[in-house]
Amino acid sequence: MDLRYKRQYLRSFNFRNNLTSFKFFLIHLFFTLFLILPFTNSFAQDVDITAGKSLFNANCAACHKLDKKMTGPALRHAENRLLNDEGLDKQWIYAWIRNSSAVIKSGDSYANKIYTEYNRSAMTAYPQLSDIDIENILAYTAQEKPIPIVATVVSTAGASSNDLGLSNEIILGIFSALFFLLAIGLLLVSNTLRNFARLNDVKLIEKEKSKPIWKAFVDNQFLMLCSAILFLLVSAYGFYGWTIQIGTNQGYMPVQPIHYSHKIHAGDNQIDCNYCHSSARVSKHSGIPSLNVCMNCHKTIYEYNGETTEEYSKTFYDGEIQKLYKAVGWDDEAQEYTGATYPVKWVRIHNLPDFAYFNHSQHVSVAGIECQTCHGPVEEMEIMYQSSPLTMGWCINCHRETNVKVKDNEYYAKIHKELSKKYGVEQLTVAQMGGLECGKCHY
Amino acid sequence: MSNKKKYWKNLSDLSSEKVTGIDDIKQREFVEEIPVDEFLGDKENLSNSSTSRRDFLKYLGFSTAAATLAACEGPVVKSIPYVIQPNEIVPGLANFYATTISNGYDFANILVKNREGRPIKIEHNKLAPSSSAANARVHASILDLYDSGRLAQPMKNGLPTSWVEFDFETKRKLKEINDSSKPIVLLTQTFASPSTSKLIDEFKKKYSNVNHIIYDTISESAALDAFEQRYGQRGLANYDFSMANLIVSIGADFIGDWQGGGFESGYTTKRIPKKGKMSRHIQFESNMTLSGANSDTRISVKPSEQKLILLSIYSKLFSINNNINLSDKLQKTVDSTVSEILNSKSKAVLISGINDVDYQSLVLQINEKIKSKAFNPNETIKSRLGDANKVKKLVQQMKNGEVGALIMAGVNPVYSLPNSQEFIEGLEKVDVSILFTMKNDETASHVDYAAASSHYLESWGDAEIKKGEYSLVQPVINKLFDTRQFQDQLLIWSNSKKSYYQYIKDNWEKNILENSFWNKVLHDGVYSKKKNNITKNKFLRSAAEKTYYLDLQDLIDKTSSNKNLYELTLYPKIGMGDGQQANNPWLQEFPDPLTRATWDNYLTISEFDAKKLNLYLEPSTFFTQSRNDANGGLNGKYAIISLNGNSIKVPVIIQPGQARGTVGLSFGYGRSRGVKDEMKTGVNAYRLYKNFNTVQEVSIKLTDGKHEFACIQLHNTLMGRGEIVKETSLEVFNTKDPKYWNAEAVVSLNHIETPVSSPKVDLWDEFDRSIGHHFNLSIDLNACTGCGACVIACNAENNVPVVGKREVRRSRDMHWLRIDRYYSSEDTFHQDDEKKDNISGIQSSLKSFGELENPSENPQVAFQPIMCQHCNHAPCETVCPVAATSHGRQGQNQMAYNRCVGTRYCANNCPYKVRRFNWFLYTQNDEFDYHMNDDLGRMVLNPDVTVRSRGVMEKCSFCIQKTQAVILKAKLEGRPVAQGEFNSACASACSTGAMRFGDINEKDSEIYKLKNDKRAYHLLDAVGTKPNVVYQVKIRNDKKV
Repeated sequence: MDLRYKRQYLRSFNFRNNLTSFKFFLIHLFFTLFLILPFTNSFAQDVDITAGKSLFNANCAACHKLDKKMTGPALRHAENRLLNDEGLDKQWIYAWIRNSSAVIKSGDSYANKIYTEYNRSAMTAYPQLSDIDIENILAYTAQEKPIPIVATVVSTAGASSNDLGLSNEIILGIFSALFFLLAIGLLLVSNTLRNFARLNDVKLIEKEKSKPIWKAFVDNQFLMLCSAILFLLVSAYGFYGWTIQIGTNQGYMPVQPIHYSHKIHAGDNQIDCNYCHSSARVSKHSGIPSLNVCMNCHKTIYEYNGETTEEYSKTFYDGEIQKLYKAVGWDDEAQEYTGATYPVKWVRIHNLPDFAYFNHSQHVSVAGIECQTCHGPVEEMEIMYQSSPLTMGWCINCHRETNVKVKDNEYYAKIHKELSKKYGVEQLTVAQMGGLECGKCHY
Repeated sequence: MSNKKKYWKNLSDLSSEKVTGIDDIKQREFVEEIPVDEFLGDKENLSNSSTSRRDFLKYLGFSTAAATLAACEGPVVKSIPYVIQPNEIVPGLANFYATTISNGYDFANILVKNREGRPIKIEHNKLAPSSSAANARVHASILDLYDSGRLAQPMKNGLPTSWVEFDFETKRKLKEINDSSKPIVLLTQTFASPSTSKLIDEFKKKYSNVNHIIYDTISESAALDAFEQRYGQRGLANYDFSMANLIVSIGADFIGDWQGGGFESGYTTKRIPKKGKMSRHIQFESNMTLSGANSDTRISVKPSEQKLILLSIYSKLFSINNNINLSDKLQKTVDSTVSEILNSKSKAVLISGINDVDYQSLVLQINEKIKSKAFNPNETIKSRLGDANKVKKLVQQMKNGEVGALIMAGVNPVYSLPNSQEFIEGLEKVDVSILFTMKNDETASHVDYAAASSHYLESWGDAEIKKGEYSLVQPVINKLFDTRQFQDQLLIWSNSKKSYYQYIKDNWEKNILENSFWNKVLHDGVYSKKKNNITKNKFLRSAAEKTYYLDLQDLIDKTSSNKNLYELTLYPKIGMGDGQQANNPWLQEFPDPLTRATWDNYLTISEFDAKKLNLYLEPSTFFTQSRNDANGGLNGKYAIISLNGNSIKVPVIIQPGQARGTVGLSFGYGRSRGVKDEMKTGVNAYRLYKNFNTVQEVSIKLTDGKHEFACIQLHNTLMGRGEIVKETSLEVFNTKDPKYWNAEAVVSLNHIETPVSSPKVDLWDEFDRSIGHHFNLSIDLNACTGCGACVIACNAENNVPVVGKREVRRSRDMHWLRIDRYYSSEDTFHQDDEKKDNISGIQSSLKSFGELENPSENPQVAFQPIMCQHCNHAPCETVCPVAATSHGRQGQNQMAYNRCVGTRYCANNCPYKVRRFNWFLYTQNDEFDYHMNDDLGRMVLNPDVTVRSRGVMEKCSFCIQKTQAVILKAKLEGRPVAQGEFNSACASACSTGAMRFGDINEKDSEIYKLKNDKRAYHLLDAVGTKPNVVYQVKIRNDKKV
């Protein structure tokens, strides 16, 4: 499954606007390099900001953000603030980080103030962090808040792409206008020439009137018969194909109440499908994750910092996260649940009829089939859609072709041995195992 | 003595003349023709029709186009996940919770299957004793939870109010009454709950003048009083019939609801012959009951004669001289019964249903005297504790204005008291009356406050059904409405801050749990405490001695009955019980095991008396339609039964086996409030329940009108083919070769008789089913009591629709599983056999039956559950034009509903008549306003089983959703399927073990043994269908009496 997620960086761009994306990528790259390099240089001598960042993410990020109050206070420029506002030096910080409760117990006034302010929950002690580690972390927190790169990029990218897009259209428009004029010109020329010819009594050489092809065709009864049959067959086939797709809803891509991007979650961030759709492993339903599952991550991820496009901007994505907060009743400012919930009414995409029994766990856990086999490249879907037809023929085809995964499954031990002997095959397909019987899915 | 008895299903079968109505129906698959010819043939009608042919084509064209267009766009389906998903719920997986039902009539330890938080089915709790297993009503009780007619909030004088107001006002009024020193009376059902008892005691302490009266709707007061007199405590003796070799029952329907029921599992363990031995059961009774139907020897006698018989047996056993006048034949029977009791010694047991303290104490004495091992007073049954005398007194007190407050819970006295008018008058004189009820029922409309009480599946509680057998009640769903359980209210009135849950927990941890933990007991549902034996020497000897000197002569004198009156025996019907579940469509449509009638109660009467009273309808002939309509519907006359000026008009049904001079009428019907109009069926028999005595002397006379029964008696007869019920006597079973009494059918191959199982005579090539699973169901006709729990369990598991009385009358019942009831003519098997030996030729046989003085006087009964037989060579599969029904390699005959086009060829070709056709859409259809027509009622549907639509054939699937679930679970866990893991809904609901389901490819499984048992046979094996259902030959332990 992992392999499928491991897409190239480039591939993850929205394929629908490749040209724009590519430009946007270049600009992005440029700005990133331009903005990051000077900082990196200035600190490179004594502290390692990169190490600080990874330490921060590993140890602190669960409770602290740089610019936002969470379980603990925002940490940007914490060192300076402490020094300037409270007169607390690095030693105090070391002591606090290594054992905050001891500092609180010692009766330190600021420590106690912070302690009460944050719901009297003591910070985990980190005795394992060395002075250098802490230095690194502090260096990381001491970085200036970057100019919202993405936003700038978006505006720039948006403007530039607008220019280019317009020019493209103009060029095309000009071309088509030119061709149109040319065609009219030619017609006019031909007309004028004919008029000249008529006036000058030049005899135009008329083509000898032969039997038109269609008339010859009509006269040939055999050909007529054949083509009529062909026509009927083709239209019957077309009609059949059309009727068959009625109600299959392949490609159904409804607008959802919250714009949830599988691309960002499963693609960019490579979250396992089963993390959210956990019941797919044990139950017939894959289950739409309940909102508390979303909040496992979104309690800390309150904004979107990935790549954006003109259509899906950072503001747009952040707004969608706010929708989640509203639905689950999370007050992001106060960092607490309000209790007022508004369950999300998702539009169901994969909709098997009630008379068909389908069990996710049998396919996911027992057969070990990847989700993408039926659901398509979900990790690339900005908007989820139904990828497969989900018709009975489609199910049956797979059951005919797929071998039963019998390895390490005691259930199959006896039956597989006996059945494969009976059919004289090495590996049994699902169909041979009885997977085509009506009653296996319809009851 | 192979079994060549003639079986008959209805009286018309016995008639020597050709009965046109019935015989025609037998020949038909569907009793009503579709009147196409009638319609098209009527030219006048057609020409007068406003719809011309052109119009018709226009409509047709438009609707086809519209339907096509509409089909192109699928509906938008919304999915709403939890905001915070509870840990224990995984969508798609079922949870099971152990709980207990104790509704005052039924007491059982059960498991409740929950899907996505809603209870959908009731199963047995295997940790609980089998005597507290669920019966048909308990299985159906899950539907009561989703009753749309439930009270949604408390009511004050018929208007909705709030609990805050209710609490405030009732508290104030109770205080006033307490101060005025008028008594507060609690009139409740039997709770059998230790915590509720404790709570009521505390309530009594809080309010000084409290009187608690327990009221059992159908009283067992006589037996309770006798037990109390003898053993010094209130309760009922337990009987373990698995310890008895001889059961003598005098008017006790112990397979039905006698003394709380639950005896059948013990009974049937001894009814299956093991090593050539089985118990013997002699039944004296007046109505034909389930017990009588299952007995080896049934003697139909009047209730007054029952008393004499008991006295006679008593005096013989105790060697007391008496001058009891019994007819010679009866005297002979009694003598032989006594000698059988003496022979069986302590392995005999005698029970009685006579509603009289004196007779009940005679029974206790007899069982003590013979030291019956089946008789167990130590295991006191506590599920009936009512005191009829106190209830009688209460009504008087109320009328005298002596009652300050009347608080009722779990009772409906306005419906169920014989003198309900007096009760209503009394209620008006009570200062404040409060009723805890789930429905706006008869009583609710006469009380000041009707408090909406919770269903037992929404409540906490506990129970002690038998002494030392404790169980817990836990809610399995959040309250659906703004309801409150009675115990919580008692706590509020007692000014306690505790919830009832906390109260029970504290009580259990303090007083009940010894070496176990609350959570474990809550998980198990049951807790068995070591019984501190109150051994016999601790019995109050003095009371016991006293009863030895009962004045027998006085009792004999009192039995004289008025010869001009009929002795009416009131009884609870298996499906309806005491009537509190009358709004349950499953139970309304549940066919009575004996009359096979649905949606009704009726007066059962013998053919002899019916003729005498002109209540007899002649069989229909070609020219007349009398007993049966052309469509087969059974008709009956009406009678008026009067008792002390109280008269009721009831339809009459002729019941073979009903004792002459007696009639029967069932409780539980005739509800007038709190039920849907469709469920207002039958008449209220409680009006005749004078003095809480089930036996009354009534006068009967004919009245006008013709009643239409919805009786499935006539349906789907097997056209006299073959041996359907195979039975033999224990003697033959022990002495003769199985080939004699369980012969396999033979067919002629080249003029040589060849057994039908031989591949040479088979049309088909055998499919090798030895690999994988192969399901079989075994049904033991000896253990099947006909109780019908399987029918309701099947309804619940498979979303079987309810079709209503009118449709049942048209033979369109949808039950996947029916229990056929066959009568055979003679009293005993021996007599039948002799009769048969003297018959030659069909003409003579019919004549012989006709010649019998009264063939239906006392028939023998056999029950046979029939569902799809899952033939390996199924006739239905070959005729389906669209291959909608096909065979799985696991032996199941599968039905793909979405493929079925409704030709009904399969039903025509089925020799067992088990296929059911959906004549209508039964969901969301106002014409069928039962549970599937409202959102609440549909919550009971099993999400794993398709709800069938109109025009589709359906039938038993061998619970393929259950077998598949087991297989899928095993695959998921990567292990082989465990022994006995497969089960069908019917087999798991069967508390007697008559039905066993399993995989015959497991060679050491029980089902494999049963399939190869010498008693095993296939239904209509001569047809060569090779069914996957096997029946076990019925063995009767009858001796010449």
